[in-house]
Amino acid sequence: MTRLDVENLWVKFPTRNGIFDAVRGVSFSLGEERLGIVGESGSGKSMTGRAILRLIRKPGQVTANHISLDGEDLLKLSERKMRSVRGQHISMIMQDPKFSLNPVMTVGEQMMESYTLQVKGPRFQAKDKVLEMLDAVAIRDPGRVFNAYPHELSGGMGQRVMIAMMLIPDPDILIADEPTSALDVSVQMQVLNILDKLVRDRGMGLIFISHDLNLVSSFCDRVLIMYAGRIVEACAADKLHEAKHPYTQGLLKSLPRLDSPQERLEVLDRDPAWAETDSVSGVT
Amino acid sequence: MSGIILEKLNVWFDTPETRVDAVKNVSLRVEQGESVGLVGESGSGKSTILRALTGLVPTWSGAMEVAGEKLGRQRSRHFYKKVQMVFQDPYASLHPRHSVDQVLSETLRLHGFNEIDRRISNLLTDVGLGPSFRFRYPHQLSGGQRQRVAIARALAPEPEILLLDEPTSALDVSVQAEILNLLVDLRQEHHLTYLMVSHDLAVVGHMCQQIAVMQLGEIVEIMPVAEMRELKPKHSYSRHLLESSLGYKRADD
Ligand SMILES: Nc1ncnc2c1ncn2[C@@H]1O[C@H](COP(=O)(O)OP(=O)(O)OP(=O)(O)O)[C@@H](O)[C@H]1O
Ligand SMILES: Nc1ncnc2c1ncn2[C@@H]1O[C@H](COP(=O)(O)OP(=O)(O)OP(=O)(O)O)[C@@H](O)[C@H]1O
Ligand SMILES: [Mg+2]
Ligand SMILES: [Mg+2]
Repeated sequence: MTRLDVENLWVKFPTRNGIFDAVRGVSFSLGEERLGIVGESGSGKSMTGRAILRLIRKPGQVTANHISLDGEDLLKLSERKMRSVRGQHISMIMQDPKFSLNPVMTVGEQMMESYTLQVKGPRFQAKDKVLEMLDAVAIRDPGRVFNAYPHELSGGMGQRVMIAMMLIPDPDILIADEPTSALDVSVQMQVLNILDKLVRDRGMGLIFISHDLNLVSSFCDRVLIMYAGRIVEACAADKLHEAKHPYTQGLLKSLPRLDSPQERLEVLDRDPAWAETDSVSGVT
Repeated sequence: MSGIILEKLNVWFDTPETRVDAVKNVSLRVEQGESVGLVGESGSGKSTILRALTGLVPTWSGAMEVAGEKLGRQRSRHFYKKVQMVFQDPYASLHPRHSVDQVLSETLRLHGFNEIDRRISNLLTDVGLGPSFRFRYPHQLSGGQRQRVAIARALAPEPEILLLDEPTSALDVSVQAEILNLLVDLRQEHHLTYLMVSHDLAVVGHMCQQIAVMQLGEIVEIMPVAEMRELKPKHSYSRHLLESSLGYKRADD
């Protein structure tokens, strides 16, 4: 069942050299599934995620035929209604976790605030609930982290705090922008397990933006590959290694490998034509 | 000559509630021209070691030596000409109101370089950013573009020693390959020394001769890269880490 449906999404920024199109006519759908997005640095992955939540900062502009959540076009909602969508239905884990946390509030204070505001749960339960969530994302010392300020956390701890925070409202859709890039592989598996469970047990839709091709291939159901603001290929995640597009093939070839040493890593020869071909549809 | 020597290094943080012992009794050597990788559990003290080396954490004991210089509490400007760091969090490490051009020209000027213009455009090309990025501000850049600006800034003073904290974590693998090739070339040409933190064991394996595995503030094992490639570590945590790196397995419950 399709929960989110995006048709012909554009994100534009006026710059001193004219309009820059960060996202150029992207269409895709999301059901109760794990949808991976991989692609070139600067290809528009984060902007796609932010555009869905209408979080593109001025002077950026977003247009689309529609961005529908369960049939309702988010582009037509008032800002007030949109805030409740952000609070209750769609959460986003931003690429810069520490930047999205309030630097002058302890982790516990901000998580409790988010809990009482969004779940409308009683305050006396909030602390227990927050400690439980920190524990669930494999924070070793939830008591200390509860009282810590964001700058006192390691990179991966900040990332996990963000993940725990975004799961508080029990969202229908989670957009996770490189959510595990600062986690060691073992903790990463534990966190992915949580996300996986939410998709399987609660029917959450997950957009998983990542540079880790092996991870996306083993964790996700489908993958969109973005290049220069467009989707150049869409495929089943477990077929990623048989990808057809030369960009995707190039990506796979430039991976360092643990099992076989290489002198030099292969680099891509980017063909200008890749940026010219129309976007592939990611709708199912 | 040795690049980096750590002898019984302890680093701690005093917070109002508790004292956090972030690094415990760590000894490590990186020979000049060599690269050592630091891997391990999130929160185990990897970034703290690099930050202590660059003088960002005053509360430490033990001994640190870099490029033949014994380190005390203060770092000289000369130190930062020799030693540069790429921070884990590229957003926090770039001033929000300084353009790419300002960031790089300031660093170059501080270290007494001339031909600033030419150097900036070379640095940007080296990290795969075209001239159109030169006058952008951090908020106008994607995550990976910001990370590349941070790398360009660290390369600008032509340091002998680079402390790299997850330098390619925000890059797609094709740009990562370009940056890693660049680092390998620089190491060869100028005999540079790298201490590199990464969660990507294949990246560490590609770049480093020795890998130190950390857990709970301690180095639990230092292994040659061949041992890691053969998945034959000695310590149980290292084994666990290597096994986890083989891909996602769905929990059956
Ligand atoms: N305010 C802005 N003005 C001009 N261009 C911008 C602005 N914000 C973002 N961009 C550009 O939009 C493009 C898409 O950015 P986006 O953050 O979506 O990339 P991304 O695919 O997430 O990349 P990464 O993997 O590096 O995070 C980038 O090339 C970026 O430079
Ligand atoms: N300023 C600080 N005040 C208090 N504790 C701190 C401070 N900075 C770091 N710590 C603590 O020190 C420990 C080690 O942190 P560090 O950033 O070195 O971990 P790391 O190995 O780099 O982890 P990651 O892989 O997640 O980045 C963590 O428990 C962290 O909470
Ligand atoms: Mg991004
Ligand atoms: Mg760190």
